[in-house]
Amino acid sequence: MSTAAGEGAGRLVRLTEVDRAPLRFFLDGAEQQALTGDTVLSAVLSVAPALRRSEFGPEARAGFCLMGACQDCWIWQEDGPRLRACSTPLAEGMRLLSAAPGEWP
Amino acid sequence: MALSEAAKPRIVVVGAGPAGIRAAEILAAGGLVPIVIDEGERAGGQIYRRPPPGFTRPAEVLYGSEAAKAVALHQTFDAMAAAGRLVHHPRSSVIAIADGRLQVIGDAGARWMSYDRLILATGAMDRVMPVPGWENAGVYGLGAMQIALKAQGAALGRSIVLAGSGPLLTLLAVQLLKAGGQVAAVLDTTPMRRQLRGFAGLSARPLFALRGLMMRRRLAGIYHAGVRLERIEADGRGPVAVLWRDGAGRNRRTPCDAVGLGWHLRAETRLADLAGCDFAYDETWRQWLPQADGMGRAGRGVYLAGDGLRILGADGAEVAGRLAAAACLQDLDLPAPDTAVDERRLARLGRFARGIAEAFPWPVEAAAGLPDETVVCRCEGVTAGELRRTVDFGGGEVNRVKSLGRVGMGRCQGRYCELAAAEIVADGAGHACAAAAGRLRGQAPVRPAPISALVQDVATDG
Repeated sequence: MSTAAGEGAGRLVRLTEVDRAPLRFFLDGAEQQALTGDTVLSAVLSVAPALRRSEFGPEARAGFCLMGACQDCWIWQEDGPRLRACSTPLAEGMRLLSAAPGEWP
Repeated sequence: MALSEAAKPRIVVVGAGPAGIRAAEILAAGGLVPIVIDEGERAGGQIYRRPPPGFTRPAEVLYGSEAAKAVALHQTFDAMAAAGRLVHHPRSSVIAIADGRLQVIGDAGARWMSYDRLILATGAMDRVMPVPGWENAGVYGLGAMQIALKAQGAALGRSIVLAGSGPLLTLLAVQLLKAGGQVAAVLDTTPMRRQLRGFAGLSARPLFALRGLMMRRRLAGIYHAGVRLERIEADGRGPVAVLWRDGAGRNRRTPCDAVGLGWHLRAETRLADLAGCDFAYDETWRQWLPQADGMGRAGRGVYLAGDGLRILGADGAEVAGRLAAAACLQDLDLPAPDTAVDERRLARLGRFARGIAEAFPWPVEAAAGLPDETVVCRCEGVTAGELRRTVDFGGGEVNRVKSLGRVGMGRCQGRYCELAAAEIVADGAGHACAAAAGRLRGQAPVRPAPISALVQDVATDG
C-alpha cells in the first residue's frame, strides 16, 4: 500500500499506520496532505523525492540518519528558522520551502 | 542513609535509551532524583524508539522478539517520570561541557546546567563506508531505514537495496519484508567464511545467533555474501541501481530507488571527549573509544554506559547503565546494589560483541580502493582524491587533514566520514593502521545550534 498523497512523486512509501487524521502543509506554496504524527521529513518525502538541493554539489538531499546525528535533513520555512526535518513533528499549516527564501543572500 | 532534598547530589544522565533508563532507575532506587536529558520526544532511545502518539502497532510488531524488554523499559521510565523520581528533559541536546556544567539546548533555548556527577549514555550510529554515489538523495543509513519503519510505518523507497555488514543488515531486511516493503537485494561485504570465524564468540549467546541464522533463511535469493560495492547509479531523483561484484567476481547490477548502508555501529563519543575522557584505539572495532573501568567510571565525576562506551547492543546497554549508576552511588558513599551478577553478564556480552565485530568487519580495504572522485564527506562534498592530496601536503594526521581539507568540519562534524577518512589518510601516508592517523578532536557545540540560542541572556540554574 503506498501513499495516497502524491503517488509516484514521493520517495516515502507508507506501509502501515495509514489511518491517522490528515494534516495539511505547504511545500513551495502548494498545498499538500500528510498525516498526524508525521515528521517534517516523512511529510515532505511522501510528496517529493528530496528536501532540498545540496549546497556543495549538484545532488538533492533527503536526509541520511533520521536520528539527528548527520544534520543532512534541514529544510527551509517561508518564515522562521530552518528545521531539522527528521526530528521535527509536522504541524498543521506548516509552510516549507525546498530552496532558500528570496531575501536569503 | 537518607539524604535531605538540599543535600542530594545532582546527577545528570544524558540519553534515555536502554543504558540511560536503567542508570536512572538505579539512581532513583538509591534515593536520588536524576535529571535525564534526551533528544527524543519519548524515552526509549533508537532501538526501542516509540512512534508518536496515535500510532497503533503493538510492541510485538514494533520490536519483535525484544518486545518485552522494550515495554519494560518504557514502563519503568514513564512510571519514574510520573512519580517525580526523575526529571525528564525531552527534545533537548547537550551541546557543550565545561567546568562541571552542561550547555543544553531545548524548547526553551540554551542554558547551562551544573552537575555533581555525569552519566553519558549517548549510544551509537551507523558506521558507514562511502560508496561512489552515496551522496545522492535516497541513500540512507540502515538505522535510518529502521527508524522510518519503526517510528513512521514507512519505507524510504519502493525498491530498496541494503548493503554493508552486521546484524542490522539481516534484521532490517526481514523487518521491511514483513511490513510489506520491497527489498531488491541484501549485499553483505563480508564473505561467509569470515562470518563463520566470529562464530566462536557468538556461541556466548546461542539463541541470539540462531535467530540471526533463521532470519538469513528468509532472505534466500536476495542475500549475497562477500560482495564488493562498486557504485550507486543515480539520476536527478536519486538512486536507480547498485553496481556490485559478487563473491565469484561477476559484475552485477540491481535496479532500485533507495539504498541503505551500514557496517555495524560507531560509538557516539563527542560528549565523552568534551568531558575530558581518555580515548584508546580499539583494533577490533577499528575506532577510538573512551576509556572507563569495568563499571563505567571514566574519572572527573564522569561515568559512561551503553554503545557510546562499548558496542554491546541493547542488552549490554541495560547492564552497563545499571553498573555505571551503581558506581556513581558507591563513589558518593550511598548504598548501591550488588553488581556481581551484572559484571559477569557484561563480560559474557562483551565476548559476544567481539564475535560480532569479528564476523562483520569494517571493510578497511574498500577505503583504500575508493576512486578519487568518491565523495567522502557528505556534508561538504570533499572527495577521496582531495583527501589524498591533503595528505601529500600536510601529512597523515586527521586534525591537520581537517584543517587543510575540511573533512570533518561539516555539519555532522565527522560523525559519518571520520572513520573512512582516517583509513584513507592512513593508507595515503603509509601508516600500518588508522590509529596512527590520530583522532579527530571534539569541538563544542557538538550539534549545530542557532546563534539566537547562544547569544541570548543565558539562564543558569546553578
